[in-house]
Amino acid sequence: MDFFDIISWILFTTGGAFVFIGGLGALRLPNFYTRLHAASLTDSIGTILIMTAIMFQAGWSLAAIKLITILGFLMLTSPTATYALANAALLSGMKPGKPEYDKEGY
Amino acid sequence: MYYVVSVAILVTMALALVRALLGPSVYDRVLAVNVFGTKTVLLLSVITFLYGRPDFLDLALAYALINFIGVLAVLKYFQNRSIRRAAEQKDKD
Amino acid sequence: MVNLFAMFLLTLLIITAVAIVRTKDLFVAVMLTGIFSLLMSANFFILDAADVALTEAAIGAGITTVLLLGALALTAERERPVSAPRWLPLVVVAITAVVMIYATFDKPRLGDPLAPVHQHVAPWYLEMTPVLIGIPNVVTAILGSFRGYDTLGELIVIFTACIGVLFLLGVPRGEGHQPPGNGAAPPDVALSHHLIPRVVGRLIFPFIVLFGLYVQFHGEFGPGGGFQGGAIIAAGIVLYTLLEGENSSFSAVPRWTLVAMAAGGAILYGAVGIAGMVMGGNFLNYSVLSNDPVLGQQMGILIIEAGVGITVCGALLTIFHVINAREHC
Repeated sequence: MDFFDIISWILFTTGGAFVFIGGLGALRLPNFYTRLHAASLTDSIGTILIMTAIMFQAGWSLAAIKLITILGFLMLTSPTATYALANAALLSGMKPGKPEYDKEGY
Repeated sequence: MYYVVSVAILVTMALALVRALLGPSVYDRVLAVNVFGTKTVLLLSVITFLYGRPDFLDLALAYALINFIGVLAVLKYFQNRSIRRAAEQKDKD
Repeated sequence: MVNLFAMFLLTLLIITAVAIVRTKDLFVAVMLTGIFSLLMSANFFILDAADVALTEAAIGAGITTVLLLGALALTAERERPVSAPRWLPLVVVAITAVVMIYATFDKPRLGDPLAPVHQHVAPWYLEMTPVLIGIPNVVTAILGSFRGYDTLGELIVIFTACIGVLFLLGVPRGEGHQPPGNGAAPPDVALSHHLIPRVVGRLIFPFIVLFGLYVQFHGEFGPGGGFQGGAIIAAGIVLYTLLEGENSSFSAVPRWTLVAMAAGGAILYGAVGIAGMVMGGNFLNYSVLSNDPVLGQQMGILIIEAGVGITVCGALLTIFHVINAREHC
C-alpha cells in the first residue's frame, strides 16, 4: 500500500509542522490572547492532520473506529476548553492588547 | 515515519512546559496545561502505532474524555476566586 | 530511539518536579502537578505498562486536579514563608539518597533475563495463565486471581481512606472557623451561567460513563479493570457536578447511594471469597464456583472487578463531594 504510505507521510509532516508552529507561537507571542490563538492551532488542525494520517496507516479495523472516536471527542472538547479559558480571562478584566495586564498574580 | 511526528510533539510539549514555568499570569499556565493534555493524547496515539499494538488506544480515548474536566475545574476556581475577591473589596470599602 | 523519547520525558519530569518544589504560588504548583501526572502517564506508556498508565490517566487528569483545586479554594494562595534555612532535612535526605543509590548497585539490571524474577516467577505466570484462567491480560489475571487477597487488601485501604476523609471533613464547619478573606462563602452556582461548556459537558457525559463501563468489563482482554473503570465513571459524575451544581448531582446520585457503593463493593468482594469457602474450596478460590474450573475463575474475576469498580467510584465521589461542600457551606 505505498500510496497510503505517501499520503501518511505528507499528512504527518504537515501535522507535525503545524503542531510545532503552534507550540512556538505559544512561547514567543507577546500577549495572552495571541498565545491562546496560537495554541488553539495545535488543538484543531494539527490533531485532524495527525489523526487522519494514523487512520490511513491503520486501515479498516477497530483501531480506525477508535481513532475516529478520539478525533470526534477532541474536536468537541478542546475548542470548548479554549473558549472557556478566554471567557474566564475576559470576565476577570484582562483586556486584549494591553500589556500591563500580563503580570504576576493576575 | 512515526519518529518524525513524535519528535515534533515532544518538542511542542517542551515548549508548553517552558510557557507553564514562565507565564506571568495564571491563564498562561492553564493554557500550557491544556496544550500539554492534547499533545499527550496525540503522543499516545502515535506511539501506540509505533509499538504496533492497537489495543492501547483506550488510553488516548480516556485522556481525550477526561482532559476536559480539569479545565472546567479551573474555570470554576477562577469564578469563585473573583466572587471572593469582589466580596473582599466590598468589605474593605 | 524510543529510549531517547523516554529519557527526554524523564528530563521534563525532573524539571517539572523541581519547579513544583521551588514555586511559592500554590496555584502554579497545582497546574504543574497536572503536567507531572500527564508526563508520568506517558512514561508508563513508553515502558509498556498500559494498565498503570490508564489508571494514572483516569485518576490524575480528572480527579486529582479537581480535588487539589477544591482544597486550594479553602486555604491561602501563597505558601507561608520559611523563617529558618532547612539544613538538617537537606542533609538527611542527601544521605538517604546516597545510601539508596549505593544499594541499587547490588540488584540485577532492569530487564536482565538472568534475574531470578525472570527465571522462576514471570515464566510461571505467563505459562499458567492460559491454562488455569484463560484470559489474555496477564496483569488482570495476577491482580484478580493469583494475588486476589492483596487486591482485597487494596480495596479495604480505599474504603478506609473514604471513611477517614468523612471523619475529618464531613462534619459541618464550627463557629470560629471562617474561610480566609471574608465571612461569606461563595454561593453554589457552579458553572450554570456558562452555556457552551454546559452543552458540551452534557453531550460527552453519557459517553464518559459508557467508556467507563467498557473499560471495566474489557479489563480481561486489554488494559482496564475495576480501578480504571470506577475512576472514569467517577470523573464523569464529577463533570456533571461541576456543571450543574451539588443539588442536581445529589438528586441524580444521592448520598446514601455513594455510601452504599463504597461499602457494597468491598462486601461483594468478600462475599465471593466466602462463596468459594461455602462451595468447598479455600477463601477466594474461584475454581469451585462452577463445574468448569476455568469458567469459575473467569466468573470470579468478573464479579470481583465489578466490586472493585463500585467501591472506587463510591469512595472517589464521596471524597469529592465532601471537599466541594466545604467550600459552600
